Amino acid sequence: MWCVAVAAGSFRRYATYRVATVAGVFTNTVFGFIVAYAYLALWAERPHLGGYDRAQALTFVWIAQALLAASALMSGGGLDELQERIRTGDVAVDLYRPADLQLWWLAADLGRAALQLIGRGVVPLTVGALVFPLALPGDAATWGWFLLSVLLGVVVSFALRYLVALASFWLLDGSGLSLISGLACMFFSGMVLPLRVFPGGFGEVAQLLPWAAILQVPADVLVGARGGDGLVRGLVFQAAWGAALLALGRLAQSAATRKVVVQGG
Amino acid sequence: MRTETAGGGTVAGDGAAAEPLIEVDGVEKVFSVRRRAGRLRRVRQEVRAVDGLTFRVPRGEMVGYIGPNGAGKSTTVKMLTGILTPSGGRLRVAGIDPARERTRLARRIGVVFGQRTTLWWDLPLKDSYELVRRMYRVPDPVYRANLDRCVELLDLAPLLAVPVRQLSLGQRMRGDIAAALLHDPEVLYLDEPTIGLDVVSKAKVRQFLREVNAERGTTVLLTTHDLTDIEQLCRRVMVIDHGRLVHDGGLDALRAAGEGERTLVVDLERELPPLEVPGARTVRVEGPRQWLAFPAGRSAAPLVTAIAERYPLVDLSLREPDIEEVIARLYAGAHGPAPR
Repeated sequence: MWCVAVAAGSFRRYATYRVATVAGVFTNTVFGFIVAYAYLALWAERPHLGGYDRAQALTFVWIAQALLAASALMSGGGLDELQERIRTGDVAVDLYRPADLQLWWLAADLGRAALQLIGRGVVPLTVGALVFPLALPGDAATWGWFLLSVLLGVVVSFALRYLVALASFWLLDGSGLSLISGLACMFFSGMVLPLRVFPGGFGEVAQLLPWAAILQVPADVLVGARGGDGLVRGLVFQAAWGAALLALGRLAQSAATRKVVVQGG
Repeated sequence: MRTETAGGGTVAGDGAAAEPLIEVDGVEKVFSVRRRAGRLRRVRQEVRAVDGLTFRVPRGEMVGYIGPNGAGKSTTVKMLTGILTPSGGRLRVAGIDPARERTRLARRIGVVFGQRTTLWWDLPLKDSYELVRRMYRVPDPVYRANLDRCVELLDLAPLLAVPVRQLSLGQRMRGDIAAALLHDPEVLYLDEPTIGLDVVSKAKVRQFLREVNAERGTTVLLTTHDLTDIEQLCRRVMVIDHGRLVHDGGLDALRAAGEGERTLVVDLERELPPLEVPGARTVRVEGPRQWLAFPAGRSAAPLVTAIAERYPLVDLSLREPDIEEVIARLYAGAHGPAPR
């Protein structure tokens, strides 16, 4: 299957950026410490904020750092490249292939995410676990659910970024939109603070938005904040957003390829 | 409207025997462009990129497709590959309507852009080929045979393990051409395949294309600004300007259509005032050497005799009209009033 080859190729490709990976690991770890101490101060003042105890809150911090690159919490991922290809017209080359554009980039993004989960996720989480008392699960099943939830989160993240990238077919320069979308993701995924911390209607709405599927749900699965049918509901919530956004991406894609003047040459 | 076949029909077997692989009938492409007109007002304006294009390409032919920038070449190729939908007319490639069945058609065509690459930038060349094999579901023996052939003819062996980003332009181009041929396409669209290449690389690419066309019978549509490509590869050339065909025929016919002039260069024993010979005019004098221009359709023999009789002739040479000049004249001529 060519999708597997695309994902594998993408994985290998990101594996060649070794210096970037090392630099990323260093940055994630440093930021993990900074945010962890900020959370410690906050939770000392307000224990059980958002229903998380201190260990769970610290775990949330390190999960966010571990998923930052893989789930593209702040921006881009590999889709900046698609945006650039649309801007320069190189996307025409992609359209000559007997392959679906969305499927191609989804496969490439999953390959990238797998590499970055291993390359940039494991070390920060391990460092965090060695220095701070984290609430990591001891059973393999919870880790399995967590990984499934991360996978669904990456799909949702991809589907959103794909839509943003496709907007370049209509906008001459999509960088403004990318910036806004990156900021929205950073906040509404729960990376700044877990969404449950926000009181009232705002918190509830934020937990229903697609960005919540990217970090909030996987992190809750890992720290055990989703007991009983909460786990299943979380996964269904992610899958539903993933399916809806991918479908929207397909619509945008067919509209784009139908109307669009591929720019240049 | 201007005649579409200024040079008198196609060259290679356009008869009933050859099955047309590419059929283009009155195809149009109209883009709607918004223009500023004043501060806030925007005016919609129609741009006819391709305007009533009609031609056929039989299986196995190698056709040059040329025209100035913005003439509609790329738009035509994009419609032929299905990534642009024509606004009007009928278009078939291998019996398939490209815009409707782009993906199905994609398995049967190969596309090479001189200025864009289909290869995976950060990975070894070989990885891109493996991906082509899976994406086009090329059977193993076919893939192996095609790859070996390309590797041999395009000297790719030392490059297979090299990441694409480290390849030189010429190497990358060869790599791209190979990638477009691994799945045995019936049609190959080449867009500026020799752009930016040195003389040796150009020759290598041309030789390879000739062999692919001769041995595989691959139909080739070649878009280029380098007319040497056309002269060396194509017997038939189509010239497009302002979205219309202004010439479709052989290169010789193109030269004649361009009302080109041949040049007789004569070396005399000594410096002389400009020669006066009926049927020719002296266009340049440089010491004992003089250049005489005469219509391309006429024989040089009487001219040579006339000069030899009257002047002290030492040596002479004959220059055919420069195809670039012919085409430049053709482009300029096609700008005349055309009904829109």
